Amino acid sequence: MIDAVGNPQSILLLGGTSEIGLAVVEAFASDRPLRVVLAARPSDRLDAARARLEARGCAVETLPFDAEALDGHADVIGKAFAGGDIDVAVVAFGVLGDNERAWTDASYAVRMAQVNYTAAVSVGVLLAERMREQGHGSIVAFSSVAGERARRSNFVYGSTKAGLDAFYSGLTEALRPHGVAVTVVRPGFVHTRMTEGMRPAPLSTTPEVVAAITVDAVRKRRELVWAPPPVRYLMSVLRHLPRPVFRKLPA
Amino acid sequence: MRKPRDSGCSLTPPSLVKQRRIGARRAAPTARTGATAVGATLAAMPEPTILRGWGRTAPTAATVVVPRSPDDVSAAIKNAGPRGVIARGLGRSYGDPAQNAGGTVLDMTGLATIHSIDAETGVVDLDAGVSLDTLMRAALPHGLWVPVLPGTRQVTIGGAIGADIHGKNHHTKGSFGNHVRWIDLVTADGSVRRLTPDGPDAELFWATVGGMGLTGVVVRAGVQLHRTESAYFVVDTDRTADLDELMALLTDGSDDTYGYSAAWFDTTTTGKHLGRAVLTRGSLATVDQLPPKLRRDPLKFDAPQLLSFPDVFPNGLANRYTLRAFSELWYRKAPRRQRGAIQNITAFYQVLDLFGDWNRVYGSRGFLQYQFVVPFGEEATFRRIVEKIAASPHASGLNVLKRFGEGNRAPLSFPRPGWTITVDFPIARGLHQLCEELDELVLGAGGRFYLAKESRLSAEKFRRGYPRFEQWRAVRRSVDPEGVFVSDMARRLELL
Repeated sequence: MIDAVGNPQSILLLGGTSEIGLAVVEAFASDRPLRVVLAARPSDRLDAARARLEARGCAVETLPFDAEALDGHADVIGKAFAGGDIDVAVVAFGVLGDNERAWTDASYAVRMAQVNYTAAVSVGVLLAERMREQGHGSIVAFSSVAGERARRSNFVYGSTKAGLDAFYSGLTEALRPHGVAVTVVRPGFVHTRMTEGMRPAPLSTTPEVVAAITVDAVRKRRELVWAPPPVRYLMSVLRHLPRPVFRKLPA
Repeated sequence: MRKPRDSGCSLTPPSLVKQRRIGARRAAPTARTGATAVGATLAAMPEPTILRGWGRTAPTAATVVVPRSPDDVSAAIKNAGPRGVIARGLGRSYGDPAQNAGGTVLDMTGLATIHSIDAETGVVDLDAGVSLDTLMRAALPHGLWVPVLPGTRQVTIGGAIGADIHGKNHHTKGSFGNHVRWIDLVTADGSVRRLTPDGPDAELFWATVGGMGLTGVVVRAGVQLHRTESAYFVVDTDRTADLDELMALLTDGSDDTYGYSAAWFDTTTTGKHLGRAVLTRGSLATVDQLPPKLRRDPLKFDAPQLLSFPDVFPNGLANRYTLRAFSELWYRKAPRRQRGAIQNITAFYQVLDLFGDWNRVYGSRGFLQYQFVVPFGEEATFRRIVEKIAASPHASGLNVLKRFGEGNRAPLSFPRPGWTITVDFPIARGLHQLCEELDELVLGAGGRFYLAKESRLSAEKFRRGYPRFEQWRAVRRSVDPEGVFVSDMARRLELL
């Protein structure tokens, strides 16, 4: 159960090696150790994450989870809830991909859409069912500012995030009467493995900052947050720029 | 009405949902039988109700059922799904003991008959959903007084037993459970058991007193009322310059000469006036003590509600500045020293009952009430706690200090000899850290926390304060081995 000051007792991270996702788990754990379920493909990084959380006093369980294996989702979610209620579920998996290859190679584009959008919708439906049954909980989904307005340089990724964003924004409304909160987080440029070697966009930030904003949003049961908050205003301007102007902006 | 719809169509028209919910309310629990049958989809389940405690934190959803008879209660327990069932009264517990996420919540206010009041013995036979307010109004014409009254009368008999509530007279009369002669409890098997404090089921009786509804559902009880000549108090007030002066007044032996005693103290002022307080103590007035005007109708009781707050207050309105101003005002308006004032119960100690929905003042994020008891001799701990609160960015306006008398036999009953302190904090960033620090001071001093107020402890901290928890749990498990009775609090504090 989430208590009066917003401390959860259990958390499920789908995309168990996601840097932002793990930063969220650690931020919650720094206030009070909790039961953690990390769902990800087995790897050294997953083991390291497990060890780090255990050192913080968390009880950690790992589950093999492959976002692309849609048929296995129901089984993974079932196992994640087998150990008791999940107070917070974080949907943090996703790939950035190579935009140039993505818009020219159909099978590559489909894979990207499968991971970022289809798989996110699939776990969203399954999480919603479980959370509705337990009558409480919080779902966090990581969207992106890239979904806000398609840019030439990353529109395939952006389109998948736009789809995810719309799905979870709608899920927010569907689950409201059932006592379940859904928080959509729209980060700007975040310095992670995913963006390594890329030129940072304005208002770039770190996983820790995104995590702090996310934790605060879950505690307040907020439905949509931007990280860092000023990107909201930046994107609001960009969204309304005429195409000829928008096109000329540096990629 | 309960015929499952074509499974190919899971979209229910909104109009149907509406009807179904109203129908479920009217027909109470029996109507639920069909609702969960034949693999009904989630979409076809009755729309849940979002419930919160008085602190308006941690909302969760449950199916609310309104029983009208003990049979309805038994039926609801038998029909409870895997997430179990818990009883709820008037929702005055601050945290989550009367919520059951994903399960069933029994709204007990539909079971609210006073069956009889024996003017000779003073024993009242009444349903669990009767409020103390209703009981008080019914009992006064007989010259009878409710022996234990908390800061509000908006509490049901079932809730009063489940939380083993206390009032300003704990040092003379003990807690509510001390005055209960018998309880009719519906247990997990659906049967009704009559429990008495010294009978064959005494263990279950005392596990139910303070048991937060987790041994079963109290449907009816016999409560011993006390005689009174009037509904007024003779009150003495002392305003103290600091904490030391307050503690001196409370420990010089004078406290025992009053039936009722409690102090409001200031947690917003630091320095030499730290913990300045207003101590109000009194006893029920005899007719002779009343002024002639009141003697004509000494048992008259009217407690008007002046106003009800709308849900428009922003978060952060109750902050250190506004609460400091409030504290200053509250302190200044009290007389420096006053003897023998005649006051009604609202003026004496249920001031908040003048206002409906006053918890809305704290905004949508709500607040928590932090109440603990530390044994006598731990006055230094109390001082450190007040210092810590005063030095923190978190402010509390409604602070109460009271001297507790002897506790009772109930393993989870909160009161024990010592000092009980209550403070209110609006939910804000960093409050968790402050509370964690206060927890350590309280537990380090051998203290514990009150479950009717509690909303954020860990299971481990709760147990440190209640050494007889295992004894209680053994009784609970013997009557409810499958864990039919469950609440959000039970899940959070691992009480099952």
